[in-house]
Amino acid sequence: MSRNPYVRPVSPTTWYMRNGRYIKYMLREVTCLLVGFYSFFLICVLAILAGGSEERWLAFLASQQNAFWLAFHVIALLFYLVYMTFDWFQLAPKAMPLQVGEQKVPPAFIVAAHYVAWAVVTALVFLLAGVF
Amino acid sequence: MAIAKKSVVWGVFAAGGTVAAFLFPALIALFGLVASGTVPEGLEYANLHGFASTWIGKIILFFVISLALWHAAHRLRVVFHDFGVRKDKIVAKAVYLVAAIGTLLTAYYLFAIG
Repeated sequence: MSRNPYVRPVSPTTWYMRNGRYIKYMLREVTCLLVGFYSFFLICVLAILAGGSEERWLAFLASQQNAFWLAFHVIALLFYLVYMTFDWFQLAPKAMPLQVGEQKVPPAFIVAAHYVAWAVVTALVFLLAGVF
Repeated sequence: MAIAKKSVVWGVFAAGGTVAAFLFPALIALFGLVASGTVPEGLEYANLHGFASTWIGKIILFFVISLALWHAAHRLRVVFHDFGVRKDKIVAKAVYLVAAIGTLLTAYYLFAIG
């Protein structure tokens, strides 16, 4: 007679609710929806530019200038920074550990280098876009 | 999945994630700025159209958008699994198809901008 196998009851749809780390993992992973959304947003921008009409571009800009889109972009930006960008930097030394000679590069140094590079890239984009 | 194929998917995922992590916050902030009523000089029609007309601009836009798309597609595939959808073959086909369509549209519009 065989004993009953021990089956841990784990819900395939709500398993992450058991633990704060899992919830954080899910929040990080769902940021892919924002990456996908803004990718297609950029494709729409290209589509309008390809139309070759400045009027359509001005109409698009005007359609963006309201409280809904302002709130959308601000909330998206905060969520994105915390759960996508900063999480990505934190994971970088784990995904891609660096070694120089015999010495391992300290993870904190790799993370810090990402923040510095990000600040430079962001400043460059703003500069190119004429924000300052 | 064969190891070679998997490493390509992983490479594109990592490259796309890096591009999205570094560049997208600035882009979202720019759209936020537009929504607040301030259109920065670079987003005026002539300037943006001009940027997308140059070869360097086209190459940058193509790589940023397509890599981000493939990153999002691969991550979304895993997210479906994590939310309990156990139909990976269909999910994979669907998300990669959308990414492929987005990539083709990006190339087409960049070509059409001239």
